Amino acid sequence: MKVSKSFLNDYINIKDKDFNEIANKMVFLGNEYDSITKISTATNLVIGKVITRSEHPNSDNLSVCMVDIGDKELYQIVCGAPNVDKDQKVIVAKVGATLPGDFVIKKTQIRGVDSNGMICSLLELGIEKKYLSQGDIEGIHVLQSDAPLGVDAITYLGYDDEVIDFDLTSNRGDLLSMLGMAYEVGAIYGLDVKYPNNELKETGEDINSQHKLEVVTPNCSMYLAKLVKNVKIGESPRFIKNRLMACGIRPINNVVDISNYVMLETGQPLHFFDADKLGNNILVRMANNGEEIVTIDKNPRTLTENDIVITNGKNPIALAGVMGGFDTEVTEETVNIMIEAAIFNPTNIRNTAKRILRSESSSRFEKGINKEMTLFAIQRACYLLNKYANGEVVTGLLKHDACEYLDKKINITLNHINTILGMNLESIEVANVFDKLKFDYQIEQDQFIVSIPDRRLDLTVKEDLIEEVGRIIGYDKVVGVLPISTMKRGTISPKMQLVKGIRKRLEALGLKQVITYSLISEEMSDQFVNEPKELVRLDDPISQDKSIMRNSLIPSLLNVYHYNDARSIKDINVFEIGSRYYMEDDNYIETNTLSGLLSGTYFENKWQNKKMDVDFYVTKGIIENLLDFLGFNNRYSLEVVPLKDMHPGRSASIKIGLDKVGFLGAVHPNQSNRPVYVFELDLDKIMTIKTRNVKFKELSKYPSIHKDVAFIADKHLNSSDIIKVIKKSGGRLLTDIDVFDVYEGPNLDKNKKSIAYSLVFSDPTKTLTDEEVNVVFSKIISDVENKLGLKLRDK
Amino acid sequence: MKENIENLKAEVQLEIPNITNLKQLMDFKVTYLGKKGKLSELASEIGRLANSEKKEAGMLLNDFKNFFNDIFETTQKRLEQVALDKKLEDEWIDVTLPSTKISVGTIHPLTLVIDEIEELFISMGYDVVEGPEIESDLYNFEKLNLAKDHPARDMQDSFYITTEMLLRTQTSPVQARTMDSNKDKTPIRIICPGKVYRKDDDDMTHSHQFTQIEGLVVDENISVAHLKGTLEVLVRKLFGDDREIRLRPSFFPFTEPSLEVDVTCFKCGGNGCPLCKQTGWIEILGAGMVHPNVLRACGYDPEKYSGFAFGMGAERIAMLKYGINDIRHFYVNNMNFLDNFDRLEKEDTNESK
Repeated sequence: MKVSKSFLNDYINIKDKDFNEIANKMVFLGNEYDSITKISTATNLVIGKVITRSEHPNSDNLSVCMVDIGDKELYQIVCGAPNVDKDQKVIVAKVGATLPGDFVIKKTQIRGVDSNGMICSLLELGIEKKYLSQGDIEGIHVLQSDAPLGVDAITYLGYDDEVIDFDLTSNRGDLLSMLGMAYEVGAIYGLDVKYPNNELKETGEDINSQHKLEVVTPNCSMYLAKLVKNVKIGESPRFIKNRLMACGIRPINNVVDISNYVMLETGQPLHFFDADKLGNNILVRMANNGEEIVTIDKNPRTLTENDIVITNGKNPIALAGVMGGFDTEVTEETVNIMIEAAIFNPTNIRNTAKRILRSESSSRFEKGINKEMTLFAIQRACYLLNKYANGEVVTGLLKHDACEYLDKKINITLNHINTILGMNLESIEVANVFDKLKFDYQIEQDQFIVSIPDRRLDLTVKEDLIEEVGRIIGYDKVVGVLPISTMKRGTISPKMQLVKGIRKRLEALGLKQVITYSLISEEMSDQFVNEPKELVRLDDPISQDKSIMRNSLIPSLLNVYHYNDARSIKDINVFEIGSRYYMEDDNYIETNTLSGLLSGTYFENKWQNKKMDVDFYVTKGIIENLLDFLGFNNRYSLEVVPLKDMHPGRSASIKIGLDKVGFLGAVHPNQSNRPVYVFELDLDKIMTIKTRNVKFKELSKYPSIHKDVAFIADKHLNSSDIIKVIKKSGGRLLTDIDVFDVYEGPNLDKNKKSIAYSLVFSDPTKTLTDEEVNVVFSKIISDVENKLGLKLRDK
Repeated sequence: MKENIENLKAEVQLEIPNITNLKQLMDFKVTYLGKKGKLSELASEIGRLANSEKKEAGMLLNDFKNFFNDIFETTQKRLEQVALDKKLEDEWIDVTLPSTKISVGTIHPLTLVIDEIEELFISMGYDVVEGPEIESDLYNFEKLNLAKDHPARDMQDSFYITTEMLLRTQTSPVQARTMDSNKDKTPIRIICPGKVYRKDDDDMTHSHQFTQIEGLVVDENISVAHLKGTLEVLVRKLFGDDREIRLRPSFFPFTEPSLEVDVTCFKCGGNGCPLCKQTGWIEILGAGMVHPNVLRACGYDPEKYSGFAFGMGAERIAMLKYGINDIRHFYVNNMNFLDNFDRLEKEDTNESK
């Protein structure tokens, strides 16, 4: 909402106040602003008269003018405007003047002719194109012949008016009017609000004798109409044009401008019909589904039963509160005007406007109209049409009024105000606030009974009044203290504890935490998903690449990989903890998931030629380290199963006991040009698996005995199968087992490998003898040979 | 005999400087004290001596042994030192050569911010609570005093899934859920972090997904002063002990009164600079007293209870704290961006404090 100082000054005396100060005080009333500017920021412009004009000797398009600006001498100015001519009063930028954009006027030569200034168009003064007539866009602005020579042109034009562009909160519909603003500014300084003139001289037969109004929908609580005859369409006076421009509205002609002007004054949108095209009946009703109207922008609109329409008894002639109809539009030929001032249901207007067009009118209807202003506004419009368009105001008023007139009162105690604000205000201070806001109130004992004026539709409950007191007194007066409450332990959920623990461990293992978008594209949505589910899709996405809630984090991690890879960042070891989303039995499921991606080098020292690239076993090591950390030692295993988008020979699912909790491995080569390893763990599932508390295990006091053994096995036999047998045979005395060599190549059959284990035997209760160990060791060898058919490898 | 011993001593002293390593020294010892060594040779002569001389001869032999051992030990120590020096010299490396690069883990800056705020509030007895990201219109809006068709819904353009379900636009529904599910309607102190979504096009300052953290206190006699006091603790933890805040009236449908909270600029200290657009203040969060309609919708009696709530964007806090100028950095995850946050921050050396 833009507010000009001269406009506002009509309703509250702020002439002598600094407008910047007003703006800054308004901020502390809750009304932020984006900028304070002037209509034009040009300086040093004066009114001049073109005494002579001649063709420029070296150009067909330029003129050389001698201009009188009230000094002793005339100034020679070269001008490029097609409309410049002798005897015109014009706006002259003298040498040293500045135009918007820090454009400083200098003495110069234009094609060999001296030019001592510039004759300006309004465009050059910084007036936006949208506000200007075609003539003003194409050429210089010609002033009226009585414009005084040598006088500051910006002041003469009223373009020195200051404008605050407020960024208002959506609850303050009352501030979308100068009168509302006047009350708000008045509350700062304790100033009174002046209402503009709405006195009418009415003529002729009462409107009700010729015209009929009927309202058949409850969604129009008030409808007033007045007739003004014989208007003369023309240009608005400059102050009206300036004020509309300052408020961001394009001046059109005196009649249309007056409807906008009154809306800006009062907050009551008006609609003007060409009375002669309207007929004698006005019927306000809900539209029929599929009914059509051509609006003033010449667009045909199809209506729904939730749109309110003004009709001539048969056909819609206006889309209530949103846009007028083309057929009854006021044009240059219009003579008689029917003025509408109405109140429509905010929700209907909001929905219609959302579908059709948001306008200055609809935004005011949406926020609610002060019913006390409706009659005033229509009278004010009549007054102005009479004054500035020679209109004759016809006697009487078409009126439908179904508004409830309740005296809205809020009772609140001083104690309640002080309790919520945390202040110690005296009764008189609070009373002073209500005085400044021009609220009527009574004080009964400790209680304020406050009458809420109709303009403040935002005030409905006690807390609203507390806010009024708070903002007028100023929250800087509130002294901050911590609440006094019962001591208690702050907690986080087991899930968050798990997440925090995993984050710390993976960070320690050299992985970077990333956060990526939950919304992904259709084509990403089934990647790396092993159990397809119904996906969560947006009803109306902003783009196709953000249309589905992801059911795997891995595609997003691959995006991170590709982004970094494209920037020559090769070591990408990352993890993310976040939700996967899907639907199950009509429920929306969010599953807490850990995913990781590893690619490149895990550690490296180039000059030593030492390097560990990330591979399957590094990835597996990270997972095992994490699972150990989470308390699952010796309880997890890998199972080779087909996995979507994974390398079939280099991936496996991860199980804890019998529960599948995730998977790991290399992504399928068609997903990436370099080896990339990923993993996924279902944290919600892991949460449900019980673990034991940490308990110290007594260290063995007795020495252990080490034995090595190697077997020849089929290339595709999993080591875990061999270990299973060894462990079973080794029993309690076998305390550790590790693979120390895997060999394929010469000396072995093509489909065979040698795999060597180091075994550790110990007994926590005594020192083991060689004989005891040998018995177990022999059993291990014979079991592996017999059960798996492997051969012991010769030493 | 005496003469022989003296000669032997002189011989030892003459030869010892020629010994340059421990091996030689051991051989040397064998030459003199070994079974067939020079001392044994002399000792074998004792048998041929008169009894009266035997005793003295024995003492002389013993004396030589002591003499030899003293020299041996000194020499051994000296040679060991020489050997050690040699070994150390051989083991010299160029310590200025580059180190082994180990994959560096980092925590995402948004997590750092959330963790810092969570830890502060946990220390003041708040519970950290989470809620669903796919939320119902009921909890995201209606229970928060935003009826359907409320104009203020325009403030948050939403990603709807169905007419009743959407991606939450704020973490406030967690507040409503917490109040709703607290059957005994006892006082509440919670902090709610999480992802939220709004229908915005991504640019330097907008992101269709971002992170909010909200706080809620519901108790008897909770006031704006309590809110202010709590937020003072928060901004001083985040931005330094000499920060001040100011409250400006504002509007949110779920709070009344509603407030915008500014903090004194931590770059210029409040004198005005480009960061604070010469105002000395930086807008940092929104807050207010819980609207009685919200309390009522969640089963709390507004006549008995009042509460305050505040909420902020973790991205904004992180951007201010770390001087990040583009919100998209948080979601693109350039490894070099993430490496910036790979360090421990001491509170007193943090420039933003």
